[in-house]
Amino acid sequence: MARREQAHDTALKRYFDVGVPAPETPIGDVPMLAMDMETTGLDEQRHAIVSIGVVPFDLQRIRLAERHHWVVRPPRPLNERSITFHHITHSEIEQAPDLDDVLDELLAAMAGRIVVVHYRHIERTFLNAAVKARRGEGIHFPVIDTMSLEARLHRQSWWARLRRWLGRPPASIRLPDSRTRYGLPPYQAHHALIDALATAELLQAQIAHRYSPETPLREVWN
Amino acid sequence: MQVELLEVRQHMAQFPPFEQLSDDLLDELAGQVEVGYFKAETDIYRHGDAVEYLHYIRSGAIDLYRRNGDLYNRLSEGDIFGQFDLLRDRRVRFPARAIEDTLIYFIPLAAFQHLCEADDNFADFVEVERPRLESTVDQQRKSHEMLVTRVRKLATRAPVMVESDATVQEAAQRMGEHNASSVLVLGAPQTPDDSHAFTHEDGQLRRMVGILTDHDLRNRVLAEGRPTSTTVGELIDERPITIQSDESVYEAMLRMLRNNIHHLPVLYRRRPVGVLHLSDIVRYETNSSLYLVDNIFRQPNVESLAPLRFDVRAAFVRMVNEDDNSQMVSSSLSSIGRSFTRRLLELAEEELGPPPVPYCFMALGSMARNEQSIVTDQDNALVLDDSFDPEQHDAYFLTLAQRVSDGLAACGYSYCKGDVMATNSRWRQPLYVWQQYFRDWIDDPSPERLLHSSIFFDLDSVYGDEAFVERLQDLVAGRASQRPRFLAAMARNALNRTPPLGFFRTFVMEKDGEQNNTINLKRRGTAPLVDLIRVHALACGSRAQNSFDRLEDINKTRLLAGHSGERIRYALEFIAMVRIRHQVIDIQEEREPDNNIEPENVSDNERHNLKDAFQVLSNAQKFLKFRYPMPSQKR
Repeated sequence: MARREQAHDTALKRYFDVGVPAPETPIGDVPMLAMDMETTGLDEQRHAIVSIGVVPFDLQRIRLAERHHWVVRPPRPLNERSITFHHITHSEIEQAPDLDDVLDELLAAMAGRIVVVHYRHIERTFLNAAVKARRGEGIHFPVIDTMSLEARLHRQSWWARLRRWLGRPPASIRLPDSRTRYGLPPYQAHHALIDALATAELLQAQIAHRYSPETPLREVWN
Repeated sequence: MQVELLEVRQHMAQFPPFEQLSDDLLDELAGQVEVGYFKAETDIYRHGDAVEYLHYIRSGAIDLYRRNGDLYNRLSEGDIFGQFDLLRDRRVRFPARAIEDTLIYFIPLAAFQHLCEADDNFADFVEVERPRLESTVDQQRKSHEMLVTRVRKLATRAPVMVESDATVQEAAQRMGEHNASSVLVLGAPQTPDDSHAFTHEDGQLRRMVGILTDHDLRNRVLAEGRPTSTTVGELIDERPITIQSDESVYEAMLRMLRNNIHHLPVLYRRRPVGVLHLSDIVRYETNSSLYLVDNIFRQPNVESLAPLRFDVRAAFVRMVNEDDNSQMVSSSLSSIGRSFTRRLLELAEEELGPPPVPYCFMALGSMARNEQSIVTDQDNALVLDDSFDPEQHDAYFLTLAQRVSDGLAACGYSYCKGDVMATNSRWRQPLYVWQQYFRDWIDDPSPERLLHSSIFFDLDSVYGDEAFVERLQDLVAGRASQRPRFLAAMARNALNRTPPLGFFRTFVMEKDGEQNNTINLKRRGTAPLVDLIRVHALACGSRAQNSFDRLEDINKTRLLAGHSGERIRYALEFIAMVRIRHQVIDIQEEREPDNNIEPENVSDNERHNLKDAFQVLSNAQKFLKFRYPMPSQKR
């Protein structure tokens, strides 16, 4: 991989050395990492990451024992005291390390795994911007986006178009609503780790219902 | 406490055995859980898969199956499974299948073991949970309740009643108003102190004289073209079969089964309090033998009857799992066998037309004794009216017999190896010929002659003119007790089959010192017991056919000393039950059930009791030989 030779940072180099599974790999054989972040806003230039939760998993099992959850201190002080984070206090954030201090650990957890998120434009862009700011080079990685898998079904199918044409509201593809469709229990907590767990469960359900363990990775990643 | 695992631990904290764990243990546990999703209708485990986890159902529902496909248990949110496999051989015993979209928490073996060590309550729960688990299954089957549930629980509607001088039209109107499929018919007491009379609401003395069903309205009024002014009293059968309100649903079921009726008036003492309909019980217990019997009578031809043979096995397994005793199981199986026979005769008559002369279809052997097992062949005969003329009539009865015999074979009752079937012209004879057969056997006996005839001394009617068979039963009961030589010959034959001498962990010891690793419980246990009970019953003039009923008659006399009658009853019940249980195991392990057991598959407790039972049989045989000696006078 070209990107691997260009990497100068050791942790990044190690991450790229492991590589990602080939596009033809059956999804049933792919090691994955569910990821969720809490951020201070939606713009990666103005806002920052506050917490990251990751859980490694595959189609059989989600391994909570190998989970990670980090609270990190944004480089800019939180000027909007009104921002509320579930389960995280502002003082916790103020005492937390900088993302740079946990980045090696995060990259190690990501190595060799396909990242799975619900709505890829947060995790991928924020992580890329944060890594670039700290290590001088960005990180771009393939993800499986459970929201976009739901959108394929509920926003882009002929049936969804027909519904839209008939003026029906489109089905919600938010994480809790998507989960309900697969009989998954509602989770009360909004927490990066719980949302990562919720995303991992959703992907297991989506593959079980709509795809199969033999489906090649390229059909589901972005 | 780790806030990030709140969702996991809070859920588990609601359900046993986790609800009582300390917070520390619970936190630790939540952090080790693995999660897996199973779409509805997919397998979670197959039989024999390795088990490395305790499973907790976070959401959804699953079924656990026995290997033969029967449901073992249904579990849902908050339930656990796999603990027994973990404690046993770590192989799946009951395959699991998701019946809804299901999320499972997998608790790794190490975490499970840690919990067992750290928390005694948890250990107790997963180890002694079995009874609770099985009682849950019982609840689901609703089966066990049939024995303890009283009839009044199911017959909740007050009965609709009319006077016997009401017209059928009035009766039909009352039934329509109350949306009832039957009315109870009341009449005046026959005498001032009629023991069946009760005080009606209006203060009048009344007695229940019968029941009129919509079946009667159709078949006996409309079909026969009777006027609507016909009185109810003209139609009803004056001796209705009833049940007391505090008898068991099971008893009600058997009563319907034996009489092939669908409505059973329920009485509190003499006062009618309701009517139990077949469907009430069917709703209560869908896979029951009653349902099966009902089903048998609905089948339009032999082709549709034959597949019911598999339902017979299912009903059998169910009865045994419900802890029914051997008498209940075998009497239900006999009722099922009789129902097949009756239905086949009805179908044959529909096709061949009404019989040219009256007849009775007679059961012999185990069906006549109401002691059928799941492994059984057919033994039957035809008793024809004395006006029977072979030239004119035998073609009809031969065809009839063939239909029934072939039909029974198709339904799983194999042909009799000794050819004791109505298809054999020797066993398709008018009553006077049968009377002569019995007189010959009884008056001029020898062990050799009687060797294959003992089966005829268990006889009962199945269909047709019962009086024919009753005449034969009377003849046997009246004559046999007066013939010592006959009793001696029967007794001699009852000693042909003996119990094994010893019964060890892996083999049985025979009298000649030979060791066998399998034993036929029918040939070496139940059959010789039945044989010796029959000899005593004949000696005391009993008309009973069932071995337990015969024992009761015998025990009224001084034929047997002390408690030996009770011991024989115990031995028969016990051996019969072991045989039945092993047949259930055969069925559950998908083997053809037979009468053999292998000593190595017998539990210590069973072995101990079997030894005792064989000893009882052995002693009873010695007594039989002594009690009915061969008279010395020459033939």
